[in-house]
Amino acid sequence: MFTYYDIGQVVFYLVALTILTPLLGGYMARVFAGEKNFLTPVFSKLENFIYKLGGIISANGMDWKTYTVALLIFNFFGFFILFLLQLFQSSLPLNPQGLPNVSWDLSLNTAVSFMTNTNWQSYAGETALSYLIQMAGLTVQNFISAATGIAVMIALIRGIVGKTANDIGNFWVDLIRSTIYVLLPLAILFTILFAGQGVVQTFSNYKVVRTLEGAQQTIPLGPAASQVAIKQLGTNGGGFFNVNSAHPFENPTPFSNFLEMLAILLIPSALVYTYGKMVGSTRQGWTLWGCMMFLFIVLLTISLWSEYHSNPVSQTSAGMEGKETRFGVTNSVLWSVATTSASNGSVNAMHDSLTPLSGFIALLNIMLGEIIFGGVGAGMYGMLVFVILTVFISGLMVGRTPEYLGKKIEAFEVKMAALAVLAPCVVILVFSAIASVRNAGLSSLGNSGPHGFSEILYAFTSAAGNNGSAFAGLNTNTPFYNIMIAIGMLIGRFGVLVPMLAIAGSLGRKKIVPVSSGTFKTDTFLFALLLIGVILVVGALTFFPALSLGPIVEHLLMLNGQSF
Amino acid sequence: MQLKTHIITSIKILAIMTILTGVLYPVLMTVIAQLVFPNKSNGSMIEKNGEVIGSELIAQKFQSDKYFWNRPSAIDYNPLPSGASNLGPTSKALKDFVEERRKHFIEKNFLPPNTIVPTEMLFASGSGIDPHISPEAAFLQVNRIAQTRGFDEQKKVLLKTLVQNHIEAPQFGFLGEPRVNVVMLNLELDEKK
Repeated sequence: MFTYYDIGQVVFYLVALTILTPLLGGYMARVFAGEKNFLTPVFSKLENFIYKLGGIISANGMDWKTYTVALLIFNFFGFFILFLLQLFQSSLPLNPQGLPNVSWDLSLNTAVSFMTNTNWQSYAGETALSYLIQMAGLTVQNFISAATGIAVMIALIRGIVGKTANDIGNFWVDLIRSTIYVLLPLAILFTILFAGQGVVQTFSNYKVVRTLEGAQQTIPLGPAASQVAIKQLGTNGGGFFNVNSAHPFENPTPFSNFLEMLAILLIPSALVYTYGKMVGSTRQGWTLWGCMMFLFIVLLTISLWSEYHSNPVSQTSAGMEGKETRFGVTNSVLWSVATTSASNGSVNAMHDSLTPLSGFIALLNIMLGEIIFGGVGAGMYGMLVFVILTVFISGLMVGRTPEYLGKKIEAFEVKMAALAVLAPCVVILVFSAIASVRNAGLSSLGNSGPHGFSEILYAFTSAAGNNGSAFAGLNTNTPFYNIMIAIGMLIGRFGVLVPMLAIAGSLGRKKIVPVSSGTFKTDTFLFALLLIGVILVVGALTFFPALSLGPIVEHLLMLNGQSF
Repeated sequence: MQLKTHIITSIKILAIMTILTGVLYPVLMTVIAQLVFPNKSNGSMIEKNGEVIGSELIAQKFQSDKYFWNRPSAIDYNPLPSGASNLGPTSKALKDFVEERRKHFIEKNFLPPNTIVPTEMLFASGSGIDPHISPEAAFLQVNRIAQTRGFDEQKKVLLKTLVQNHIEAPQFGFLGEPRVNVVMLNLELDEKK
């Protein structure tokens, strides 16, 4: 039953998120502008020490190509080290369970997955990866892949506000500042809160116990809280344990659940405010934020409605398959919508067992490009792709050269924006099509009928969107899926990120056109409507046929009581 | 030339980040957690007669009629690794499971055939080791346990009180669902005899 309690929990969540948005957003704006903030006395020594060790001259700016090359090389090494760590796991320390080396295709998949901020998991943490890999491998990538996303967004802002300048900032400085002033302090705070709720944080071996009925049970442990904090905050989403935040050690109480959900959208939402602040008009930021919040509430409502609707197949209301008692249906649905709006991908309930329309909403959220708050940095720059398209389309309608915040939007920017929209679409549609006709793709299915197709579609959607959540019935730990998904994640990450940096470079070189009576305003209700229209039209036109074959037809069959 | 600089800087920064976020951060967090929340950060283990018999947060397998039962588990309550069924809403297998579980729960607990069984007892949990059930699901099992343990009417009332005492309200009055921890309930049930 959906009650006032449920509405209260949803409202509480949204209000908390809204209140924290300008607070954290304003703080981040000061951090990235290089201004003094309340953590400067604590961390500036560390910051300067890192610059000194790394040989970085923080005042040196980079043009967009240098920025991109530095970012790509840095990401490559992050990938490479993580890949090696897994291949040689058994010979490395901090492996109390004596776990064996990871296969090459799984290592490749996992390394790409964490480097691209996807955190797709073809492995089960507690039986595949040692404490060393979880900490020095995965946790590190959780931080730096998130910091990379933020850096790109900050570079893009500099491009927008820059006046005929080549300089879009220094990648190393953006990376380090994001990490030590934003991610690390928040992660420390959340770790302590989580540990207080019962998330485990220990280096002890797994505990073998004799249960009340006298059976033997091995209870896995590990330094989970510190990793859970950053996986939620950095929109990474890779769980310490196999079932992610459905695991009682990863998410033990309703309050830990609330905090983890808050952490999913906290930075992405605040970054929209930061954006407004840094481009000199918080109204611009709030307009985009309003569009995101509107879409979030609409999609959440549909998802809740579907999940509380009775299922004629199993003849139950509000199915609890794959959900945890302490969270109930509402918190499971709220999480599923939040984690797919952002490119987080952590789960507290199994998406594979959601009703067809709730699964549809999760898919749609990722397909729209995760621009409803979105990944840290990635969500905001993804939204700007749609802003550019909207400005362009509006410009065509009135027959003027489109402008955005005083910068002329010309052929190059539109081409790059189109590339950024199309790259993930190609992965989703083409890769799903390949997997649907190959034996290697079909033999992994966990469900049959239209739901089986949804599993494949979800896997590549999640990869292309760098989300990481899954319809986990699909066994993706096979060479076919490990490699296909790895390629999909790379295209989904860099096929958007590099065009955005190119736009940053191109915009930065342009001069600012003064506002005139003919300027199309981008902080109005009309613009918000147009933007939402463009997002939905692009998403619907691209994916409607595929969605019809999966969740939509399944919904209709379910209403008929048909099972497979 | 520039490429070489980037490579060297990348390696240096990656090393620094690994030490900072991959070693110092988790180690410092572990020290704090171990000092401030020693029981919780080690898995909320519970003891009986000085021996650890499990974790408050991890469901155990209860097959016997004399214990309260957990929710169904897709991994048979073995947390290595945790897991769910991942069966979809139109799955025939899931439909069959639900029918079988409904029948089993009603028969074994001597309930009228048209009883609405709480949904969490029909569906497997997300983690496979969900330690909680709803208060309704606990009360519906009282008759079976009383009979198996040979309780008289007076003791049966005490059993109901025991369940009542184990109900955890939503956190802070509004977060999450009311629930009963099956491990803790059975632990105390054994002590009551």
